[in-house]
Amino acid sequence: MAAHTAESASAENAAPASPSAFSHALKDAFFAGLIMLGLVGPLVGFETVIRDGALGLDYRPLTVAVMVAIVFVGRLILNLTVWSPNRVVKTRTGPSPMARAVTAAGPAFKPALLAFAVAFPLIAVLSQGGLNESRYLIDLGILILTYVMLGWGLNIVVGLAGLLDLGYVAFYAVGAYTYALLATSAPVNDFFAALIGEKFWADWAFWICLPAAGIFAGVWGMILGFPVLRLRGDYLAIVTLAFGEIIRLVLINWVDFTGGGAGIASIPRVTFFGIPFNASEHGFAALFGLKFDPMHRIIFLYFVILALALLTAFVTVRLRKLPVGRAWEALREDEIACRSLGLNTTNVKLSAFATGAMFGGFAGCFFAVRAGFVSPESFTFDISAMILAIVVLGGMGSQIGVAVAAAVMLGGMEMLRNLGFLKQFFGNEFDPSLYRMLLFGLAMVVIMVWKPRGLVSTRDPTIYLKEKKSVSGDLVKEGHG
Amino acid sequence: MDVFVQQLINGLTLGSIYGLIAIGYTMVFGIIGMVNFAHGDVFMVSAFISLICFLLLTTVLGITSIFLALAIVLVVAMFFTSLTSWAIERVAYRPLRGSFRLAPMISAIGMSIFLSNFVQVAQGPRNKPVPPMITDVIVLMDNGSYQVTLAWKQVIIMAVTAVLLTGFWYLVQKTSLGRAQRACEQDRKMAALLGINVDHTISLTFVIGAALAAVAGTMYLMYYGVAHFADGFVPGVKAFTAAVLGGIGSLPGAVLGGLLIGLIEVFWSAYFSIEYKDVAAFSILAITLIFMPQGLLGRPEVEKV
Repeated sequence: MAAHTAESASAENAAPASPSAFSHALKDAFFAGLIMLGLVGPLVGFETVIRDGALGLDYRPLTVAVMVAIVFVGRLILNLTVWSPNRVVKTRTGPSPMARAVTAAGPAFKPALLAFAVAFPLIAVLSQGGLNESRYLIDLGILILTYVMLGWGLNIVVGLAGLLDLGYVAFYAVGAYTYALLATSAPVNDFFAALIGEKFWADWAFWICLPAAGIFAGVWGMILGFPVLRLRGDYLAIVTLAFGEIIRLVLINWVDFTGGGAGIASIPRVTFFGIPFNASEHGFAALFGLKFDPMHRIIFLYFVILALALLTAFVTVRLRKLPVGRAWEALREDEIACRSLGLNTTNVKLSAFATGAMFGGFAGCFFAVRAGFVSPESFTFDISAMILAIVVLGGMGSQIGVAVAAAVMLGGMEMLRNLGFLKQFFGNEFDPSLYRMLLFGLAMVVIMVWKPRGLVSTRDPTIYLKEKKSVSGDLVKEGHG
Repeated sequence: MDVFVQQLINGLTLGSIYGLIAIGYTMVFGIIGMVNFAHGDVFMVSAFISLICFLLLTTVLGITSIFLALAIVLVVAMFFTSLTSWAIERVAYRPLRGSFRLAPMISAIGMSIFLSNFVQVAQGPRNKPVPPMITDVIVLMDNGSYQVTLAWKQVIIMAVTAVLLTGFWYLVQKTSLGRAQRACEQDRKMAALLGINVDHTISLTFVIGAALAAVAGTMYLMYYGVAHFADGFVPGVKAFTAAVLGGIGSLPGAVLGGLLIGLIEVFWSAYFSIEYKDVAAFSILAITLIFMPQGLLGRPEVEKV
């Protein structure tokens, strides 16, 4: 937790078990414990509680003692073993073990993952023994795929073009509100009712709004991106953050247009290409000769988001092979070199920004149709941070890494919710799901310090001579443009 | 006129708090060129440390003199917040020096999320109100219907800010630590060759920034009488806006920017709409960065290959 260097491991202490080495390690661990005490003492040791209308204090000395003890013992053990002075540091030049595992699983890995994703509803239904029982698993699958898609969309901006976008949730919101506003709008409904038929808009709203939401979000990406893309990396991050917050605040405060904090409810549900999922004789079930079940809609939603996510992945893979994709990656590596080779960096950045935004818009439209309700609460900075964490953890630029990271993080989050047995150890007020964002934040720091290229860090070169060599991300050094 | 003077006072008070936080951003940016995204949350942590220390002093130890209590709270909060910031730099930023461009930024975002959620878990998600502390006011103008008042706590905030900034200015301009720091800002490698302990200097920069943020945290708690785990984000962004507006890397600029942001926010709320006051601050950030990235008092940035 605390200081993270092996200062104590000075070169003179050759023998690991010599008394001076031990006392050194002990002293170091003692100071680490002391620092830990200073860090957690005030905030963990005392809890401010509201009692009878006034603020009082509760004391938790035991928790502090345990945390300090963990740091002390852990640091002592590390000092005596891993950080001992005569340890030989191994350097690695090849791909990381994780990357090698992925390579070894090889060509079969991606199709297997895809096949699992396609067969997932069937597996869920069979394993849970019934349509209704599988609802939880399929909902979880939809959630994970939504984040996989958002991760892939942000990956275009952050992973490929190297632009840190902290306001990605804004485009998600634009997509969601596009659908919510258009689908519930009476004038649009009347227009189509007069033009084509009474039920047309209710049945086809989603399929017409989906591309519209994507395009609209992409246009927003361009509008927001155009002035800011000249900025250097960290300024860009802050400005996108500001834009994200501005959009959210406008959504909250422009009550006439967006419904304000109350949001927009009863948004039309998804239809099977114009056929509604209901119990009527024109419904999906009656038409296909099935017994009506609300789960049909959920399973269909799962396939919609799967298709959208795969579209994102496919477009990204193809774009990487086009000049614009190459330009994105070149821009990430060294902006000055790009400019001196005559690339119009503003246009290249703008295309990445708009493409990423477009996929965010698709995902937002899907979110609105799945939930049937949108409110500004769903589009906070936390969501942006979570998507960014997924991209960072998966290894910026790696498609499969992002998918695995999304599954692990959201799956892990669900598992946290189910860790009820921990209450036996920590008392009844212990709620594991509170720790979710805390772990996300910690994971981002740990990954940056330990493996800045993400867990799957192999880079596949887009151009190569004769044979493709996989290079460890550790060896790639990006420019500081 | 009355309303104007009143808002001027309120704006300067708020601006002092922003200015104190902004110095932390601007110093760190000046020396290692990164946006310390977690600084706003360090500020929030300091408000909680102040709150706990204040409760400990008044309810448990039974100190009745509010000024004595505040003075002790200030020192304690500065110490613990500095320690926190030092540890953050050591754990999350130092290993990333020389890594790729976005790495420290992402690490800082992670740290920011970690800090606010850590406080949420440790202290609970609810607002933590303290009873109003110093309620006396000085009536400056009174025309029968509207009173222009200057609260004592506003006087304290402005006075403490002024004293600290003078001391801080002395530290940076006249002491060897300040010289080492300015040398590192100009050329870190050369400074190291000339025998300056760069790591040490950078650590101290974080410590000083956090100490000033802790003062801001204590003042914030005294002024608003409430602490909340999510309170670091928006003041943090506003203080960063202040640093950018004043010219990032420039210390007088940070204070000037802080005062300006405070005034803009207060006047905007008074004369336009209170709902959009954050939008105003965020828009200023975007507009400044787009049209005037060097800020009011900063130097234009030269890009080196």
